[in-house]
Amino acid sequence: MSHSAKPVFSCTDVHVWIAEKEVVKGVDLAVSAGEIHAIMGPNGSGKSTLANALMGHPAYTLEGTVELSGEDVTSLSPDEKARRGMFLAFQYPVAVPGVTVASFLRAAVAAVRGTEVPVREFRKELLARMEDLEMDPAFAGRYLNDGFSGGEKKRLEILQLLMLKPRFALLDETDSGLDIDALKVVAEGINAAASQDVGMVLVTHYQRLLNYVRPHVVHVFMDGRIVRTGGPELALELEERGYDWLETPATAGGA
Amino acid sequence: MASPRKVADIGTDYAQRYGFHDPEEYFLRSPKGLSHEVVEAISRLKKEPEWMREFRHKALDIFLAKPMPTWGDTQMLSEINFDEITYFVRATEKQGETWDEVPENIKRTFDRLGIPEAERKFLSGVSAQYESEVVYHSVKEELTKQGVIFLDMDSGLREHEAFVREYFATVIPAADNKFSALNSAVWSGGSFIYVPKNIEVTIPLQAYFRINAERMGQFERTLIIADEGSKVHYIEGCTAPVYSSNSLHSAVVELIAKRGARIRYTTIQNWSNNIYNLVTKRAVAWEDAVVEWVDGNLGSKLTMKYPAIFLKGERAHGEVLSIAFAGPGQHQDAGAKAVHLAPNTTSKITSKSISKGTGRATYRGLVKVRKGATGCKTSVQCDALLIGEAARTDTYPTMEIAEDQVRVEHEARISKLGDEQLFYLRSRGLTDDQARLMIVNGFIEPFVKELPMEYAVELNRLIELEMEGSVG
Ligand SMILES: Nc1ncnc2c1ncn2[C@@H]1O[C@H](COP(=O)(O)OP(=O)(O)OP(=O)(O)O)[C@@H](O)[C@H]1O
Ligand SMILES: [Mg+2]
Repeated sequence: MSHSAKPVFSCTDVHVWIAEKEVVKGVDLAVSAGEIHAIMGPNGSGKSTLANALMGHPAYTLEGTVELSGEDVTSLSPDEKARRGMFLAFQYPVAVPGVTVASFLRAAVAAVRGTEVPVREFRKELLARMEDLEMDPAFAGRYLNDGFSGGEKKRLEILQLLMLKPRFALLDETDSGLDIDALKVVAEGINAAASQDVGMVLVTHYQRLLNYVRPHVVHVFMDGRIVRTGGPELALELEERGYDWLETPATAGGA
Repeated sequence: MASPRKVADIGTDYAQRYGFHDPEEYFLRSPKGLSHEVVEAISRLKKEPEWMREFRHKALDIFLAKPMPTWGDTQMLSEINFDEITYFVRATEKQGETWDEVPENIKRTFDRLGIPEAERKFLSGVSAQYESEVVYHSVKEELTKQGVIFLDMDSGLREHEAFVREYFATVIPAADNKFSALNSAVWSGGSFIYVPKNIEVTIPLQAYFRINAERMGQFERTLIIADEGSKVHYIEGCTAPVYSSNSLHSAVVELIAKRGARIRYTTIQNWSNNIYNLVTKRAVAWEDAVVEWVDGNLGSKLTMKYPAIFLKGERAHGEVLSIAFAGPGQHQDAGAKAVHLAPNTTSKITSKSISKGTGRATYRGLVKVRKGATGCKTSVQCDALLIGEAARTDTYPTMEIAEDQVRVEHEARISKLGDEQLFYLRSRGLTDDQARLMIVNGFIEPFVKELPMEYAVELNRLIELEMEGSVG
């Protein structure tokens, strides 16, 4: 690990089952404040399953240990984790019709910060963050993810990241489906969060995000496991050579 | 109850058969059950004109002759015991009930909703009237200046008899259905409103402005006439639970929107869960008129209510926007009717229902376009939200379109309060309860935003109470 400080997030020997199927088969991660990790891996390898299970998705069964700043949060509910500073940017954000972005965020901010922010102050903060992300202020009045384009949804996830100011954030393919301008804006948001000591794990398929966000650590994820860990150069190598050259530990008989 | 007679046999010799002279005495002795004696006594007690007395008696015969509806929740309907019901309660008698008799859960809800003491007593039937003279006074002056009539139906009949006679039961005849017949026989209270030509009533008229009125009568009868080019918004009910030891409520509401007039009728009702709420609401919209029913139903054991609009004049427009919340053990059988009788008329029906626990919501709707009513447009949208595995919803949309040049849109959606939505909101720090409430409030938002501010706030609070401690 490049940082020696106590990690803001760590998980040990995490296994995840969906129904009877083991999708994540033993994952260890440790992320320090301000550190950015990238997880890259083929479709269906279990990246989102890992991310959702770490956040506490009730449909998944998780075994292993999850810690936030040294505190064991393994069995906590998603909202308890969120209130302890954990955040997940969804690969597929969910629409909640009838609930405006502003009212949703106000409730979320109050829940996470543990105190109600006065309307005026909240509004100012929200509009400032929206401006950072080059979002039309009209989005504040729109219904949460309802009829949003793919790119708009991803931007909204980053807006939530900036408003909720977690200690640790998992970003599941937040770069997918973005045009080049949006990608830059999203990358700036990620960098801004990292500069405020947020530890981050970015799940991504593309090197192009990594042109704007420089990860400290890159993990290759295949068939439910991290099969290789390296520096930023590993991402470039994956871009060039794909995943075939990395055999999964199962076929290689252990890494 | 008397043995059923055929509707066709119904005669007019009621005065001879049932005339007697001491209605006060009568109610002292036999308060329960339904008979011509009861009807006679009600009418005499109110000192009604002869024609109204005849009307009531005839209606009772129709009620007795008509079978129970064979559709809807026939099981629940069959459980109504008409002999156990008190059909008329004098205002003074309402005070017979004491605060102690009001069930705990109702009192708790009053607390949570922050209903003022005086209003609580009124709502729970402990006090006969809710004094709001101060509010009403200024409203009344303004209305009088404009020539607007706003009275309870009984006073309306006394003070404007010719007027009432001209319009009463013209939209909903006694024989329309079994429960409109019942209401016609024993009605009491309700509102009578007349808005003169081209007058716009700027503040919403609310039933509770009226003093000395039996606002929440069991068998309310409301008639609103908006004359040409006029405009009025009427609000009935409130979000506080209406407790009554009487289990049957059956209102009739008639609206007449003349050429170019506009009527919006907003209802929010939250009956206690022992009550059958069987209501007939119908409007007639003439040329270029607009009628909107905004109808929110919570509570009750069984609600059957299908606000209707008969579009009789060209380019008339009708809308029904409704929500129903069926909690455990409750059945909300609600819907709408739009009948297009003239060309280029338009209608829009939006129905939202929430079923929670063993709650059951039914949408029952009818859109009819008569031959010759060309160029009509109609859209029907039903959204049902289910909370929990046992929740149930059914949709019965009927379309009878006898004309080719008509645009019909119909959309029905059923969604479950989903794990993915919950997970998303909870990952942002909201507790399970908060997340559920947010989803439900979002679901009814299109309805809530049509309500005046204070009602919107109250409704949201009420939904919060209904959602509390919801499992699955
Ligand atoms: N609810 C579910 N029920 C059954 N199988 C599931 C469920 N969710 C995920 N899976 C399966 O688990 C495996 C891992 O899926 P996951 O979404 O975690 O992959 P991923 O690595 O995020 O893929 P992608 O790169 O395409 O996003 C897949 O085979 C998927 O079909
Ligand atoms: Mg994924």
